[in-house]
Amino acid sequence: MDSEEVAETPSPTTTPAQRPDGPPRAGIPAQPDRFLAVQASDEFGELRRAHRSFAFPLTVAFVAWYLLYVLLSNYAGGFMDTVLVGNINVALVFGLAQFLTTFLIAWWYSRHAAARIDPRAEAVKARMEAAE
Amino acid sequence: MSHSLTVLAAGGAGEHRTLIITLFSVFVAITLGITVWAGRQTKSAEDFYAGGRSFTGFQNGLAISGDYMSAASFLGIAGAIALFGYDGFLYSIGFLVAWLVALLLVAEPLRNSGRFTMADVLAHRLAQRPVRTAAGTSTVVVSIFYLLAQMVGAGALVALLLGASGEGARRWIIVLVGLVMVLYVTIGGMKGTTWVQIVKAVLLIAGTLLITVLVLNKFDWNLSHLLGAAADKSGKGRAFLEPGLQYGKDGTSRLNFVSLGLALVLGTAGLPHILIRFYTVPTAKAARTSVNWAIGIIGAFYLMTIALGFGAAALVGSKAIVASNESGNTAAPLLAEEVGGGAGSTGGAVLLAVISAVAFATILAVVAGLTLASSASFAHDLWANVIRKGATGEREEVLTAKIAAVVIGGISIALGIFAHRLNAAALVALAFAVAASANLPTVLYSLFWKRFTTRGALWSIYGGLVSSVTLVIFSPVVSGNPKALFPGMDFDWFPLGNPGIVSIPLGFLLGWLGSLLPQEAADPKKYAELEVRSLTGYGAH
Repeated sequence: MDSEEVAETPSPTTTPAQRPDGPPRAGIPAQPDRFLAVQASDEFGELRRAHRSFAFPLTVAFVAWYLLYVLLSNYAGGFMDTVLVGNINVALVFGLAQFLTTFLIAWWYSRHAAARIDPRAEAVKARMEAAE
Repeated sequence: MSHSLTVLAAGGAGEHRTLIITLFSVFVAITLGITVWAGRQTKSAEDFYAGGRSFTGFQNGLAISGDYMSAASFLGIAGAIALFGYDGFLYSIGFLVAWLVALLLVAEPLRNSGRFTMADVLAHRLAQRPVRTAAGTSTVVVSIFYLLAQMVGAGALVALLLGASGEGARRWIIVLVGLVMVLYVTIGGMKGTTWVQIVKAVLLIAGTLLITVLVLNKFDWNLSHLLGAAADKSGKGRAFLEPGLQYGKDGTSRLNFVSLGLALVLGTAGLPHILIRFYTVPTAKAARTSVNWAIGIIGAFYLMTIALGFGAAALVGSKAIVASNESGNTAAPLLAEEVGGGAGSTGGAVLLAVISAVAFATILAVVAGLTLASSASFAHDLWANVIRKGATGEREEVLTAKIAAVVIGGISIALGIFAHRLNAAALVALAFAVAASANLPTVLYSLFWKRFTTRGALWSIYGGLVSSVTLVIFSPVVSGNPKALFPGMDFDWFPLGNPGIVSIPLGFLLGWLGSLLPQEAADPKKYAELEVRSLTGYGAH
């Protein structure tokens, strides 16, 4: 397999069948602009939106939430040191809340992906394979 | 128990040693058996690099956990919490939250569009030889930093078990660890390594759970009591449970805390030995499942580090821990001995032996994963596609990977013998900083930004790599204080122990700048191909 790997960067006219990291796949006809067409299709646009509109804002949110925790630990000692009950203080609860939100976000994303991303991805893929 | 060391050094530890050596030998024998079995089924390059893509999401989730929960987590975090209280807990949180970056942005598109290494994804749309050279280089550097941390953990463990007289033995055991890991990788490839990691993950979770149960039982299952006892014994009172003990001294150490926090959360999705694990499952959906399992298992483990760390602070005490290892790397095994009945008791000896054997197994599995990742990148990216320009056969490429594994094993043995004063968790955090600066920006830009160019990738990878490594070299980790790698020298002009806060934004900035400067435009056709493949799984290997 590897002996057939393309040595140089494929030129822009390379067909999709010739992949930079693998041998040409048998059975795929040369269709130079095929991926551009798929990328521009409404169906693919919806797939992209289903992923990006969920994953991007959520990433910003959890990174911000985590940095808030780091910064509060660092610069808001008085608040984080507040004792809630016994020896449990705000800092510990805040830390445990990071665990909880991580579990929840993982679950939420997987649910979203199964409902909104996977079916669209399958559909585009199936359409492309049918066109081979 | 504060006499652990003296007792051990005086030779009263004969039974411990025999038991530890027996348990450890059993683990090595079983895992080598698995490796030989896996080696028989390893024929193609796909078998060697990606375990034939035959693992289920759950199996890979366990293996990812086994790959990720390193000596840094088990020994380093427990030690950091035991010595610095709450501040040590930051590691646990950062190491876990980081998985969301991998889950939401990296795991699935990587699985869909790559083949064996991180660089495969970049090579889809960028000039293949320069980006493979860059990505291969950063893979090897990150992996060696990470390997060093594991070897430091191994050294600390041996010193604990054999006492001060064990300097010669410490070297021999590091050599032994290096040899076994090379055997795992060269004989078993990815399939063997994955099974070793699965076995280790189960052992580590079981061992940690056992200690956690014993610790909590001593405090009537009341977390508040445990924390109170830890605070009292630490001699620092409430401050032990509050942020700031380690990182709150002054403005510099606060900034170091932010830097560490950034490196932890952004590093995971750029770690080569984690990224290649996504190739061992058949589909992107299975990659998602494996990350979900990993988040559950790793999260449970890090929650238990609270009991481990504060338990060690309460029951063993920081004085005894520091006496055994300045950086606290031996807090967990000392705690095991204590909850088992204390030094000298049979229960204590057995638990110390069990936990030490688990820690060795942990180290062994992680170093095997790192060796595989770096040798795979060397053979697939640097050798086959850059040096030999694609003119290699599959057999030659796998043989090269095996030779690379031997060389990398040798390098890590040598480094492990010399570095032993550093905290394993802090060292791993450096590997995270390098990964977040050099790898993550390029992976994200390649997958999601249509104007990204080869020049952007090269600036980002080399800029992130050089800046993070340079800043580490001139940081307090390497020189200028008694705990440094070279305590006798003094060239620490960069004040932070972790370079992330400078080098991570720099990596992102350079990738953006390099792509926007004129003369080279991104190729929309190639990006279309990568984007379609990465989101749909069309034509995935």
